[in-house]
Amino acid sequence: MAEFIMPALGADMEAGTLIAWLKKPGDMVKRGEIIAEIDTDKGIIEVECFTSGTIEKLLIEPGDKVPVGTAMAIIREAGEKTPEAPGTSEQSPPTRPQRIKISPLARKMAEDLNVDITTITGTGPGGRITSDDIEHLARSIEKTPEQSRADKSSRMRQAIAAAMERSKREIPHYYLSTTIDMTRAINWLAQENLKRSIEDRLLYGVLLIKAVALALRQFPEFNGYWKDGRSVRAESIHIGTAISLRGGGLIAPALQDADKLSLTDLMSRFRDLVERTRSGSLRSSELTDPTITITSLGDQGVETVFGIIYPPQVAIIGFGKVVERPWVVEGRPGVCKVMTATLSADHRVSDGHRGALYLAAVDALLQAPETL
Amino acid sequence: MNRDEIKTSVLNRLARIAPEIDPSQIDPDADLRRQIDLDSMDYLNLMIALSKQFKIDIPETDYPKLATLNGCVDYLSSIIL
Repeated sequence: MAEFIMPALGADMEAGTLIAWLKKPGDMVKRGEIIAEIDTDKGIIEVECFTSGTIEKLLIEPGDKVPVGTAMAIIREAGEKTPEAPGTSEQSPPTRPQRIKISPLARKMAEDLNVDITTITGTGPGGRITSDDIEHLARSIEKTPEQSRADKSSRMRQAIAAAMERSKREIPHYYLSTTIDMTRAINWLAQENLKRSIEDRLLYGVLLIKAVALALRQFPEFNGYWKDGRSVRAESIHIGTAISLRGGGLIAPALQDADKLSLTDLMSRFRDLVERTRSGSLRSSELTDPTITITSLGDQGVETVFGIIYPPQVAIIGFGKVVERPWVVEGRPGVCKVMTATLSADHRVSDGHRGALYLAAVDALLQAPETL
Repeated sequence: MNRDEIKTSVLNRLARIAPEIDPSQIDPDADLRRQIDLDSMDYLNLMIALSKQFKIDIPETDYPKLATLNGCVDYLSSIIL
């Protein structure tokens, strides 16, 4: 038997609330299949199963808020026999987390009002939380829908704060920057987009993502994690892309296997990822998979951005705005489109020398956009 | 379809991308991207949506003509009216 546990969807996540099960006991599940929706500080996330088998038992009910690592369901893996009848097994049942006693109406009211039921002492039979308890609390708090949205935004702010505080406390960052001549890439892109329908056109940001991903093949020390006091290189290249949310805050879900995707596929995935990030329908693997992050503030007019590493990752790449500048190419002055690229990296894992070579590799790739 | 209806269509598209905006507060001559904080992806999605709705091609080289609300209305009107 395998336990399906509440996953940690980021370094900053401590607990999540089950919104709905998408499977029931007896259903077959495949590894990677979405089996639950969980409400987190990053919105409602579709959570994938990490093993294949049959749902044996669901341990958590919709509305329950449980800590990361809590067993939520039992899955009978392929090849395992159906368990013996209750009472005949020597195996002790899985530990069920402390359930909060609450009526369905009260649970719905609490969800609507964004009230944390773990903070309420129920006045019903056996300490059960009743709709009166929720009403009483709601009256005392007098939350408006705007305040509820503000609460959600505040929770995301706190989550970001926790991750960034941890990063600055634990990770000895070093920072490098370089100016990249983007003239060739921008001109190539303009010509390439002439051949494409409007839906297939590429944004220059996709060239940046692909260049970052391909350069990581040469410098794998920047693609991975710092775990248990040592550097762990990732086997795949999953680029976390910092996406701002319109209500404030940001999420950096993964473009998985970005180095293997064509520019067309990468653009299509990127569009889809941005749309789902902003509409709140990400999958759990997209939050847990990033092996490095890219942040870009060029659209906001910023020329240089030095990112803060998202732990346990070990590097973040920053891109600024493409601007026209006087520039000397092969001894001849002219006007070029240039962009500042930065690397913030974990000094426990890499040194500035390798970081400089990595940025040079990204630059070199962008000078040959047709090969990306 | 007249200019007012085109303007309404553009505003509806913008509202889908940026639901928090108040259409009445949009300065029709100010840059849309800066005014309502559209990034490259938002802007591309706006172009795709307008292209689909009005069944026209919008070359990338024409994007600067659609930088403002009035620019969008002028551009679309010149093609479909």
